[in-house]
Amino acid sequence: MDLQFTADEIAFRNEVRAFIRDNLPREIHDHMRRGYTARKQDTVAWHRILNARHWAAPSWPKEWGGPGWTPVQRMIFAEENLLAAAPEPWPANSNLMGPAVIQFGSERQKKRFLAPAANMDEFWSQGFSEPNAGSDLAALRTAAVRDGDDYVINGQKIWTTNAHWSDWCFAIVRTDPKAAKPQQGISFILIDMKSPGITIRPIISIDGYHHLNEVFFDDVRVPAWQLVGEENRGWDIAKFLLGNERIGIARLGRSRERLRFALEKARGQRSRGKPLIEDSGFRRRVAELEVELKALEITQLRLVSAHDKAHGDGKPDPLSSVLKIKGSELIQAASELVMDVGGPLSMPIWAQELEALTNSPEHPDWTTPSTALYLHLRAASIYGGSNEIQKNILAKAVLGL
Amino acid sequence: MDFDLTDEQRQLADSVGKLLADDYSFDKRKGYLKQAGGSAALWQSYADLGLLGLPFDEADGGFGGGPTELMLVMEALGRSLVIEPYLPTVVLGGTAIRVAGSAEQRKRILPKLVEGGLKLAFAHGEAEARYDLSDVTTTARPSGSGWVIDGAKSVVQGGSVADLLIVSARMSGARDDPDGISLFIIAADAKGVSRKSYRLRDGTDAADIVLSGVEVPAGDLLGKPGEGFTVVQRVTEAGIAAVAAEAVGAMEVIQAMTLDYLKTRKQFGRAIGQFQALQHRAADMLIALEQGRSMAMLATMAPGIADKVERARNLAMAKAGIGRAARFVSQNAIQLHGGIGMTDEYAVGHYFRRLMVIEHCFGDTDHHLATVADAVA
Repeated sequence: MDLQFTADEIAFRNEVRAFIRDNLPREIHDHMRRGYTARKQDTVAWHRILNARHWAAPSWPKEWGGPGWTPVQRMIFAEENLLAAAPEPWPANSNLMGPAVIQFGSERQKKRFLAPAANMDEFWSQGFSEPNAGSDLAALRTAAVRDGDDYVINGQKIWTTNAHWSDWCFAIVRTDPKAAKPQQGISFILIDMKSPGITIRPIISIDGYHHLNEVFFDDVRVPAWQLVGEENRGWDIAKFLLGNERIGIARLGRSRERLRFALEKARGQRSRGKPLIEDSGFRRRVAELEVELKALEITQLRLVSAHDKAHGDGKPDPLSSVLKIKGSELIQAASELVMDVGGPLSMPIWAQELEALTNSPEHPDWTTPSTALYLHLRAASIYGGSNEIQKNILAKAVLGL
Repeated sequence: MDFDLTDEQRQLADSVGKLLADDYSFDKRKGYLKQAGGSAALWQSYADLGLLGLPFDEADGGFGGGPTELMLVMEALGRSLVIEPYLPTVVLGGTAIRVAGSAEQRKRILPKLVEGGLKLAFAHGEAEARYDLSDVTTTARPSGSGWVIDGAKSVVQGGSVADLLIVSARMSGARDDPDGISLFIIAADAKGVSRKSYRLRDGTDAADIVLSGVEVPAGDLLGKPGEGFTVVQRVTEAGIAAVAAEAVGAMEVIQAMTLDYLKTRKQFGRAIGQFQALQHRAADMLIALEQGRSMAMLATMAPGIADKVERARNLAMAKAGIGRAARFVSQNAIQLHGGIGMTDEYAVGHYFRRLMVIEHCFGDTDHHLATVADAVA
């Protein structure tokens, strides 16, 4: 047993680290470090820089423009990227649509969609949840009815992240309302967001930002060749994607980045007559987080290493739910810590951009966005299969209850 | 990075597992608990299987096993709640002799230990020292060519059944000074040694040991005079690694017992494992067990970290992490069992008490979290 990276893995990590350091635009880095989520232009710009090296879609094979990395390399890249406060390769493009089309799609779909997705020439969104199909995803009702060479789609999706930025949406829709089980009548389809009949309505989140949307489909015509895999077998693809997300799902890099940021800022905060970083209660809280992060780091190494041994095509390990649950709890705790370091200064909503323009900032530039990030990350234990659903998966698939 | 076991390591785990599966049922263990030091026959079996010589060099009569081998053995001992003094003899006393013993001392002690004829105990902790390794008030003063030891040692694991004690005593310096501490090899029946034997909450043997005017010849000083503290640290690190692995074995068993109970116990007309509140608790136990297992792996590998500060920090994280996991898994194992989990005749409570003792060995969770907190920068 050896917990240390091999010389090759360390060399790879150093290569990734150096590349990010030398190529991540300063402005994006500073923006993310203050606690903001990536803007559209940040994600697009970084995607293109990464894609020039075929790094924008880390899980894809070389044949389709990916780097052909092993699971361990993918994990190292994901963590280094987050640790450096870089935007993530956009999950809808790189982790979801891409792997679904590579695994289940036609040649025509691969040729049409993969390269533009890797280069962010087309921004994708994910149309899964519906008002009455959240954790019970198979209850979805948005219908696709075959009509000549098209499917005609009617219904509604909700919680669609960045639909308002997206050119395309991959969605699961009901193609057989009479199927014996709800899971059996679902198909996976690719939808051009410029199609007539699509209406996007913004949902403003508790952080004050517009990330989420409702998307309405009113007689939207989608060419039949854009259906991925077989009709009525879309649930298999959805399940494949839920298991496929596991590398980097713990987002330890971002938690560590936030923890470092908290320590840096705690040096400048005064509490009870001395720097906050010297406060024993604060240090104890940091220690608890460090212990949890270390344990999860090793748990992740164990799972990814087992995945590596299976040459990356082993079945999804239900234990990856452990990564999702603990990873989301820790990134929430780390963002909470940054907010608390700011103290009362974390509560105002200051218009940082306006102050920057006048070049006379009166307030710390990180407290308002850090509080927004704390609010934003309350969703980390809800999306991608809520932590309660993950525990159901563990109870059934691992524990046999 | 590599989590695979070699064929030899797998064979080792299998053979220990088989021995204990055959000879360490919960009922048989009740019999061993009636004998001081557990089963003499099984102690011999451990020797025959090579377990007592596992971590020692072949030149010293051992088998040259590494940290992973010891982890596998400790996990197996944890699964069966083995009460024989393997930890005090092989891990604690053994590490002290292995890292600090002269060629003569190793030759005198290790072959006999390896064949099962000698039990050791690490008599270091004192009643007021809590978990502070440098808090030693027992004294050693020169006398002729040797030393005279005076003081008292508290909660010495295996101390009641040991043949030889490894005793720490201060030659110079103030109470908490890491410098000035020396280690001595003292026969348990030496003149001036008195033992008050008892059992810990988990049924293992321990003792309070009083040393009054104990004369120790020069040849029984272990390591360099006044420089025993680094040896104490090495012994403690080995102890943390060992009990972390043992805790994983114990947690595996109570987690499995709890699952089994959830699947068979019926209330309200169905198996209680069908209730989501209990399913989620079981999932939380699994998460804690897996996080604990990761920390036991860290504890296993950490003593090999060359940088002293990094090594100490990693071991502190590992012990705090395993302590948290042990407490969560063991408390919930009793809770999910309900009343039967509270009974002495049922195994869960015995695992619970072993894990409780492990939490209080070599620094508890709060102690190690404080160490990690001290290192925050």
